[in-house]
Amino acid sequence: MNQTRQYISDRVNAVPPSGIRKFFDLVIGMDDVISLGVGEPDFVTPWHIREACIYSLEKGFTSYTSNAGLLELREAVSDSFHRDYGLNYDPEDQILVTTGVSEAADLALRAVVNPGDEVIVHEPSYVSYKPSIVFSGGTPVVVSTTRENEFRLTGAQLEEAITPKTKAIILSYPNNPTGAVMSKKDLEEVADVAVEHDLLVISDEVYDKLTYNGKHTCFSSLDGMDERTILLNGLSKSHAMTGMRVGYAMGPPDIIGAMLLIHQYTMLCAPINSQMGAIEALNKGDSEMQAMVREYNRRRRLFVTGLNDLGLDCFEPRGAFYAFPSVQSTGMTSSQFAEELLNQQKVAVVPGDVFGESGAGFLRCSYASSLEELKTALERMEKFLG
Amino acid sequence: MNEILEIIEQDPKIDPAEIARLTGQSETEVRSSIKELEDSGIIRKYKAVIDWDKVGEEYLYAIIELKISLGDRSGYDEIARRISNFNEVRSVRLISGDHDLSLTVRGHSMKDVAFFVAEKISTLEQVQSTVTHFVLKTYKEDGVTLFEKDKSKRLAITP
Repeated sequence: MNQTRQYISDRVNAVPPSGIRKFFDLVIGMDDVISLGVGEPDFVTPWHIREACIYSLEKGFTSYTSNAGLLELREAVSDSFHRDYGLNYDPEDQILVTTGVSEAADLALRAVVNPGDEVIVHEPSYVSYKPSIVFSGGTPVVVSTTRENEFRLTGAQLEEAITPKTKAIILSYPNNPTGAVMSKKDLEEVADVAVEHDLLVISDEVYDKLTYNGKHTCFSSLDGMDERTILLNGLSKSHAMTGMRVGYAMGPPDIIGAMLLIHQYTMLCAPINSQMGAIEALNKGDSEMQAMVREYNRRRRLFVTGLNDLGLDCFEPRGAFYAFPSVQSTGMTSSQFAEELLNQQKVAVVPGDVFGESGAGFLRCSYASSLEELKTALERMEKFLG
Repeated sequence: MNEILEIIEQDPKIDPAEIARLTGQSETEVRSSIKELEDSGIIRKYKAVIDWDKVGEEYLYAIIELKISLGDRSGYDEIARRISNFNEVRSVRLISGDHDLSLTVRGHSMKDVAFFVAEKISTLEQVQSTVTHFVLKTYKEDGVTLFEKDKSKRLAITP
C-alpha cells in the first residue's frame, strides 16, 4: 500500500488539512479537559424537534424527498425569512434544502465559479471556504480583517482586493471564529462595491439568530441585493441541530436551479427525518430558540468580562458564540498559548491562525458551554497566566 | 427584571455579583432589583428540589382530588386557605373537570396519608368526596427531571 498518494488529484493535494485536526488529536485521550474548542451548541436539539424526527421514522418516512427538499419545509423557510426580514423567496424555485450550510456553500461555489475565477473571502473565517473555492476550480483571494476594526470587512478593503477576475465574495457574519457582526451600514459598503463591480455575494448567515443586543441585518434584504445574493442559512446553530444536517440556499431562480442541478446528481436530498424535524423547528421552535439565545448572551457577558479581567484583550463579540481574545500581551503565539494551556491546565481552545493568518495572536474560545465549565475554565486560565 | 428572574429560577443560590456579570448590570442595580422582587412578593421563596428517594427517606406522596360543595357565604378561596394550613399538604390547586380541588399530600406511610385524609380533609363540611392517588415514583418535579444526566456527546474540537 505504498505510493498510493500519486493517485490523488493535484487539486486536492494542494489543500492542506485543517489546523483544527492537529488540536483535536492532542485533546483526544486527555481526561478532565474543559473544551472551549467546540463549534456547536452544548444544548441538545429541543425535544419537540427530536420528537418530530422520531415520529417521522415511526410513520415510515425513510424515502428520498424531492431534490429541492420537502415543499412544506421550503414553505416554512420562506415564511420564516418573510417574518424575520421581510424577504420574499418563492418556495417553488428560489429555495434549495441542503445537507447543512457546508453543502450549500460548496454548491454555490461550484455553480458559479469558472476555472481561474477569483473569489474574495475575509479572514479570520470558517475553515471550509478557501478549500471549497479551490475544489470548485477558483482562486481564493483573502482580505484580512483586523482587531482595530472589530473584524468587520470594509468597502475599501474589498475594493483593493478586486481584479478583473473577481467573480464573487463570501460574506460570513455573524462570524466564526471572531463573533464579529456587521451593521446595516457596514453591509451597505459591501453592497455598493458589489454593484460597482457586478459581483455575486454568497452570504453565510447561519449564526443570524445568535445576535446580541441588536438586530441582524440580512444581506439580501438590502436594496437591490436579492438579485445578486446567494443567501445561506440553516438550523444547526439556532436550534442546536448540527448533526442533523439541514441547511438551505436562497437566491435568484437561475442560480438556485444551477445549484439544484449539482445537488440532484450528487447529494439527491437532505435526510428526510431531519427535514421533518426542521419543519417543526421553523414552525414551532421560536420560544426554545430564544431561551437558548438568552442563555448564550449571559455566558457571553460573563466570559468576555472574565477574559478582559485576565488581561486578555477581547473586543465585545456581538454574534455567534465565540470570543476571540488576543494573547499578544503574553508574548506567546496562538499555538504556543493553546498547547501550553491544554498541557498545564487542561483547557482546550483553538489557535486563531487556524482560521487564517490574520487570526495569529488570537484564540477562538467557544462559550457554548455550561456556566460552570466557563467559570472553571476562567479559573484555570488565571492559574496559567499567574 | 425578567432576565434576573429567569436566572434565579434556574439557580436560586446564585451570587448577585455573578448575576451582574451575566446581565451586564452593576451589582448594586442587581441587589436593588432583587430586593424589589422579594419585597413585592414576586419572588416568593428560594427552594431546593430534593430527590428524597435517593436519600432513602421514606416519604410518600399522594394526589388527592376533592369535590367541594360551597356553603352560602364561603367560596373556594376560603376552603383552599383552610386546607393549605396543614403541613402535610404540599400544594393546593383549583382545577377544572370532575373535581374542584387537587392537593398534594406528603406523609411517611400510606397509613399516615390515608388517616390524614380521613380525619382532616374528608371531615370538612364542604368536602363532598375525595379520591386518593398514591404517587409511586416521581420522574420530573417542577421542571427538573430526576433522571441521571446523559454525558455530552460532542467531539472535543470542531470547526
